[in-house]
Amino acid sequence: MIGLPHYLTVAAILFTLGILGIFLNRKNVIVILMSVELILLAVNINLVSFSAFLNDIVGQIFALLVLTVAAAEAAIGLAILVVFFRNRGSIAVEDINAMKG
Amino acid sequence: MTVPAFFFYLFSAVAVASAFMVIAGRNPVHSVLWLILTFVNAAGLFLLIGAEFLAMILVVVYVGAVAVLFLFVVMMLDVDFAELREGFLQYLPIGALVGLVFLVELVLVVGTWAVGPGIASAIKAPIPNASQVTNTEAIGRVLYTTYVHYFQIAGLVLLVAMIGAIVLTLHHRVNVKRQNISSQNARTRDTAIEVVKVKTGEGI
Repeated sequence: MIGLPHYLTVAAILFTLGILGIFLNRKNVIVILMSVELILLAVNINLVSFSAFLNDIVGQIFALLVLTVAAAEAAIGLAILVVFFRNRGSIAVEDINAMKG
Repeated sequence: MTVPAFFFYLFSAVAVASAFMVIAGRNPVHSVLWLILTFVNAAGLFLLIGAEFLAMILVVVYVGAVAVLFLFVVMMLDVDFAELREGFLQYLPIGALVGLVFLVELVLVVGTWAVGPGIASAIKAPIPNASQVTNTEAIGRVLYTTYVHYFQIAGLVLLVAMIGAIVLTLHHRVNVKRQNISSQNARTRDTAIEVVKVKTGEGI
């Protein structure tokens, strides 16, 4: 029988893959954004599985809100990426040091 | 193995494998396509667990909007992706170490937690019986009443994101001639033509 720990394990593996993607693809901003989407997907799986197994629908409401924020984040991130590429002709993370932060 | 267990293992195995291909792929276009596969399989997991509305929203929003947006940007930018791959192996040891430690910690947490005794009283909105109320209706009943402010703020976030994306990417080129209707309407006979009296035999 598939229980809550199974779903949590899948979400944990997806989350770790997302973190690993940020570590490995340190030069490619597009893959970093995709890794952030993977992380948010793992969070959503956690929220929905807790919602289903604890019999409380509020978890699904919050998963919906996370989905909204993820979509907004992807749109803004890609817009910044396009503007950056137009100005600098590169999307390498190492070149993004104009602000010297 | 029962049918739901079989589908759970199928969906989760494909989701994890394609998530791995997202971060390991050489070509970002392939990465986006693997990302789409991951989302579709996660939607399958949601279906198995009884969250049909979120499964469909995941397909519509992620596959239909976000992934296509990624595909658009990847294909629009003329980037030498092979150059960006340099140094991939340089970060592999530290990345693998961090990932392994993190995964072990998460699995330890997942393996040992237990539901507290007060959880039954903490439930705000119990999921109604699926044979009487559909998942979509159950979400709507809660989302539009108790959580209506969250819903409106989510809409506001999307509005701000839309305006921000437009403002960021919109730029006016300087040397493009555009139609200016008000200046066209403001033209009179005096500003439009000039009468020059030319004397015979002299020129202008």
